[in-house]
Amino acid sequence: MGWAIAVHGGAGDISRSLPHDRRQPREEALRHCLQIGVEALESNLPPLDVVELVVRELENIPHFNAGRGSVLTSEGTVEMEASIMDGNTMRCGAVSGLTTVVNAVSLARLVMEKTPHIYLAFDGAEQFAREQIHLHCRIFQGVEIVDSSHFITPENVERLKLAKEANRVQIDYNAQPIQNDTKKEKPCANGDSQIGTVGCVAVDSHGNLASATSTGGLVNKMSGRIGDTPVIGAGTYANELCAVSATGKGESIIRGTVARDVAALMEFKGLSLKEAADCVVHERTPKGTVGLIAVSAAGEVVMSFNTTGMFRGFATEDGYSEVAIWSDAQVE
Amino acid sequence: MGGWAIAVHGGAGVDPNLPLHRQEEAKQLLTRCLNLGISALNSNLPAIDVVELIVRELETDPLFNSGRGSALTEKGTVEMEASIMDGPKRRCGAVSGLTTVKNPVSLARLVMEKSPHSYLAFSGAEDFARQQGVEVVDNEYFITPENVGMLKLAKEANAILFDYRIPNGCETTCGANVESPLHMNGLPISVYAPETVGCVVVDREGRCAAATSTGGLMNKMAGRIGDSPLIGSGTYACDLCGVSCTGEGEAIIRATLAREVAAVMEYKGLGLQEAVDFCIKTRLDDGKAGLIAVSKNGEVAYGFNCNGMFRGCATENGFMEVGIWE
Repeated sequence: MGWAIAVHGGAGDISRSLPHDRRQPREEALRHCLQIGVEALESNLPPLDVVELVVRELENIPHFNAGRGSVLTSEGTVEMEASIMDGNTMRCGAVSGLTTVVNAVSLARLVMEKTPHIYLAFDGAEQFAREQIHLHCRIFQGVEIVDSSHFITPENVERLKLAKEANRVQIDYNAQPIQNDTKKEKPCANGDSQIGTVGCVAVDSHGNLASATSTGGLVNKMSGRIGDTPVIGAGTYANELCAVSATGKGESIIRGTVARDVAALMEFKGLSLKEAADCVVHERTPKGTVGLIAVSAAGEVVMSFNTTGMFRGFATEDGYSEVAIWSDAQVE
Repeated sequence: MGGWAIAVHGGAGVDPNLPLHRQEEAKQLLTRCLNLGISALNSNLPAIDVVELIVRELETDPLFNSGRGSALTEKGTVEMEASIMDGPKRRCGAVSGLTTVKNPVSLARLVMEKSPHSYLAFSGAEDFARQQGVEVVDNEYFITPENVGMLKLAKEANAILFDYRIPNGCETTCGANVESPLHMNGLPISVYAPETVGCVVVDREGRCAAATSTGGLMNKMAGRIGDSPLIGSGTYACDLCGVSCTGEGEAIIRATLAREVAAVMEYKGLGLQEAVDFCIKTRLDDGKAGLIAVSKNGEVAYGFNCNGMFRGCATENGFMEVGIWE
């Protein structure tokens, strides 16, 4: 048994005809972030620090829907959210509605460590970030503030435009299935506007676990909309058994308490990590809505999704590593 | 079994020195709410409608910490949050950071039914409220003189306390020992105002629903979100049961408490009361909390690991109980 780490850059209806210039930078980015995590684990950095470090990196890369590169609200702004959880202590931190904080995951960690609370949002969260920076220095424990234009990329301006034209959010949700049916997500005009969240889960060779997830949310979302990412038990969860980060359709992940359920199935039904993840993804959530990465205290990794694809990668101490987008890949 | 069942709560963690007349007021409110729920259930109103109705009643009454009578933020304002969940399809809606919406639980319901999302907060939620035409009032409407006084005490207590999260390890006995008051979340219980409200219902069709509403923690940082609007933590409902929690929000979130009750029922096959007891006993560590729950079979249960919880429950076969202490 050794360390293990997995990362994701979002699950969704990722068309297999995704052009090379959209595909290659993301695969490269996942490899890069994975490598950062691997080196950190090899230098015995605690998993909590590792997941924060890796998610910061993913946030800084504009190809993913988190931090810079976040999708835009219906008003053309960014509202970022994130959460982080430490498996040993079950301490957690979450933030929502950020517009100027460069690394949401680091602010989430600061909430966890420097406040009596778990979750801060919108103006209160932004104010907290400013206070911390003011008290300390320009960047404090990785929390830095910039003009919100920093996060906006031309691709996302375009995505928003297309989404408004297609009135996508309206269509999807007005046709909301009322049963747990197998209705697939409709493909979008430019093929990758379903891109979700980023996340990282890690376990060290002592079985310490941690998870972190970060996102800009849903394209064309209503301002003020909160998804699964900052909701502990939905998008992020870690305890002594496993660490989980989920991605996909936020509303389904919330309703399905996805991250928590993986751990609950392991604990209460004695399922293995893989069985638990497969159960949640393939039996308990509608097709086309969810993907997740998870590691167990025993150093196992699983990456499971019921969408067309999920940008993902994993590495284990025995030297195995992989970056992929389509087809279910699991570690035996 | 079978038949309807209902439970309501007005918060876990009760000031052991709570004056008798306040205890009476609380019991009367809980009784009134139960009776309202009972007639609704007897007229076959669906569970989801009943929980909303009852929580609206609790929000409107200034007694507990929700809607009018909400605890105040460190700035002296009110920021309310709520969530609602409908068991049969696990539809859910939640809101946070409301400052003018008279009944947060009803806005949560509208999020569930009239928006493409599950959770709206702060100015986005307020905008949605206006679009939907729900009743809005000035923030002052929600603020009561008692809570203004409590905020002052809380700020004074802060001046002494070094770290919120290190609770004063105090013992307390009912009615005695005024010098060592019970603490929750680092604040003396008399100012902590944990009195989140909630309601869980199973109707005659076996449909479960749950709803929770609160003003949150006294003297909280602006923007602080607790467990009440978080599906799986403060509120949860599925085919098997409906659960609403109250107490130290941070502990409830860490424990994903509401979901936990349902998960042990579903994955371990525990009955409702067993599940409630298991979760209260083993999932809270040092945290103080309580919860109410109903099952699709018409059972009702509650549990808490602190000295009291304002609660009431009733079942169709005539059982009815309102209580505060153990």
